[in-house]
Amino acid sequence: MTAASPPEVLRAPLVVEFPFTRSLGPVQSAFLTGLRERTVLGVRTGDGKVLVPPVEYDPVTAEEIRDLVEVAPTGTVTTWAWNPSPRRDQPLKTPFAWVLVKLDGADTAILHALDAPGPESVHTGLRVRIRWAGDRTGAITDIACFEPYEGKTGEAAGPHEGRFADMVTGIIAPARLDYTYSPGRAQTRYINALSERKTVGERCPSCHKVYVPPRGACPTCGVATTDQVEVGPAGTVTTYCIVNIKARNLDIEVPYVYGHIALDGADLALHGRIGGIPYDQVRMGLRVEPVWTEGGRYPDHYRPTGEPDADYDAYKELI
Amino acid sequence: MPPARDVAIVAFAQTDHLRHTDELSEVEMVMPILHQVLSQTGLKTSDIGFTCSGSTDYLAGRAFSFTMALDGVGAWPPISESHVEMDGAWALYEAWVKILTGEADTALVYAYGKSSSGQVRDVLTRQLDPYYLAPLWPDSVSLAALQAQALIDAGDTDEPALAGIAARSRTSASDNPHAQLAGARPQGEYLVRPLRTGDCPPIGDGAAAVILAAGDRARELCERPAWIRGMDHRIDAHSLGVRDLTDSPSTRLAAEHAGVFDRPVDTAELHAPFTSQEVVLRKALKLDDSVSVNPSGGALAANPVMATGLIRIGEAAARIHNGTSDRALAHATSGPCLQQNLVAVLEGEAQ
Repeated sequence: MTAASPPEVLRAPLVVEFPFTRSLGPVQSAFLTGLRERTVLGVRTGDGKVLVPPVEYDPVTAEEIRDLVEVAPTGTVTTWAWNPSPRRDQPLKTPFAWVLVKLDGADTAILHALDAPGPESVHTGLRVRIRWAGDRTGAITDIACFEPYEGKTGEAAGPHEGRFADMVTGIIAPARLDYTYSPGRAQTRYINALSERKTVGERCPSCHKVYVPPRGACPTCGVATTDQVEVGPAGTVTTYCIVNIKARNLDIEVPYVYGHIALDGADLALHGRIGGIPYDQVRMGLRVEPVWTEGGRYPDHYRPTGEPDADYDAYKELI
Repeated sequence: MPPARDVAIVAFAQTDHLRHTDELSEVEMVMPILHQVLSQTGLKTSDIGFTCSGSTDYLAGRAFSFTMALDGVGAWPPISESHVEMDGAWALYEAWVKILTGEADTALVYAYGKSSSGQVRDVLTRQLDPYYLAPLWPDSVSLAALQAQALIDAGDTDEPALAGIAARSRTSASDNPHAQLAGARPQGEYLVRPLRTGDCPPIGDGAAAVILAAGDRARELCERPAWIRGMDHRIDAHSLGVRDLTDSPSTRLAAEHAGVFDRPVDTAELHAPFTSQEVVLRKALKLDDSVSVNPSGGALAANPVMATGLIRIGEAAARIHNGTSDRALAHATSGPCLQQNLVAVLEGEAQ
C-alpha cells in the first residue's frame, strides 16, 4: 500500500472547563465566611504566630490549630511584581502589581493584587488596605484587591469565635483552559482519509498488525507504524453492549447498541454504534457497514450488510 | 548512609527542544528517544526490569494522555510500569528506589511535555492551593517575579546580575545541539517586573529518557557509568507568604541527605527556570565559582515542562559518561518558587 508521507498538520481548538468543587475545613470556612462579612481572620499556631490566610494544621508541627484571631484590613507589602498584561481570569483587568501583604496583626503574608497607577508607585514596605468586592460570596475573591493606604496602622482585634450566620462550607471555583489540539502524523492521516469516507489503518513493520485507528506506534512492539492500509468498509461485530442510559447532549433513543467492530483487514476492533436493526437482534459475528450522514466527519453508525454472520473462528482473536 | 546497592545512569537521550511540534503526537515525540537509549545500551524492552515516566495531563488537556505515550515503549507482554504526575526526575527517583529494593536490576525512565498546546503560565496555576491561590490565577512568571523582587530587596542580586546569569546560560547552550535558545540575546522588556523576557525560560516541547542499571550490569552496559551516590527530595510550605522566598531550606536538606557537602562537586546542573532561582539554589547548595553551573544551558535554554528536571540529571550523567566530570550534582524542582526540590550526586570511577 502507500508509504506514509508527511501530511498537512491539523489543528482544532480544545477547551477544558471544569468547576472545582471543594469542601472547607473549620478554619477555612471561618476565614472565607469572614471575608464575606468584611472580617479578616487568622489562626494562631502553637508558638503564638498568627497565620493569614489561616490553615487547618500548623505548618511546622502538623498540630491541629483552631484559635482564630481577627486582624486588620490594612497591612504592609513584603514583596511585589508589576504585571503589565493581566491574564484573563486575574483579579484586575488593568495593569496591576501582584503583592504579598502582611496584614497588621499577622505574622505571614497573603497573596493578592494591588491596584496602583504604575510600578513607580509600588515598593516593598508600601502601606495598603483591602478593597472589598461589592458582591461577596465567601471566597478569596471577596477581596477585590488591595489599594495604597496612608492612614494609621491597624490593630489586631484579638480572639474571634469564627462563627457567623449562614457559614460557607464549600467553594466552587470555575476553571477554564484553552488548548490547540494537534493529533500528530498518524492520526492526521487517519482523519484526512475519513474526510474522503475511507478508513485507513497503519501496519506495524515488526508484527504486521494493522491498527485502526492508528496512534503512531505499535503498542506491542513499541515502534512507529509505517504503511497505510485501507480497511473495511464492512466489518464484523466482535462484541457489543446495550446502552440504557441516555447521555447528555446526545440525541439517540435508548436502548441502543454500542459495539466493537473489526473492519475487514484490521487487526484491532474499533467501536461504534450499531443501528438499522432492533437492539435485541444484534449479535456477535453480525456483518455491518458504516452509514455516513451529510457533512459527517466520521461514520454516524454501522448497519447490517445482510451477509451471513461471520464464523466465530474468523474473529475470535480480535475480541 | 550509602545506598543499599550501586545504581548508575548508563544512557541518556533527549529530543531537540522546539517551540512547536504540531506535527507530532506525544508518542511520536517520545518514541525516538526511547529507541536511542535502548540502542545505546543494546537492551530491548523485554530486558528492562521497571519502566517509569513523568508527565502531566494538564499540558495536553486530555485525561490519561500518558497511557498513549506508553505505546512507544512496547508494553506487551505486560511490563512492570509506573507513572508520576510530576517531573521525570521524580520518576527516576521511584525507579532508583525500585532497584535499591532488589525488585529490578534495570529501569527505563522517560518524561515529556508539550507546552505548545496550551498556555503554560495559566496551566501551572492549576497546581496551586485551590482555596486561596488558584481562584486568583497567579501565573508562574508572576510568582517567580515576586521571588525575584524579594531577592533584590534582600541585596542578594540585582537586574544586571540576573542578566549575567541569562547570558552565561545561553552562551553555554551554544554547545548544546538540543537547546531551544542557544547564544546570548538581549534581555528584552519586562514580562512581569522585575523579570524580563531574558530571565524567563523559553516555552517549548521536548522529551528525555535515561536507563538505570545496578552493579556489574551497569559496567556491562556503559564504559563509565554515572553512579548515583545519593538522592533525596524535600518540600517547603506551599503558601508563599509563610516562606522566606530568598532561601530554599528543602534544597539544602535534600543536598545534605544526598551527600553533596561530603566532598566538592565539579559540575552542577540546576533546574532553575528563572534566573533569580539560580541565585537561591547557589546559596542553598553553597556553590562557589569553582563549580561549572549548567554547562548545558539549563532550563533557560530549554524548558520542556515535566522533562526539564530529568534532563538536568541526564546532562550531569552525560558529563560523567564522557569524562568531563568526576562528581556532579543534579537538581530538579517542582511547584511555585522552588517549592519542592530533588538533589542527586553522581560520580564516575577514577579514569
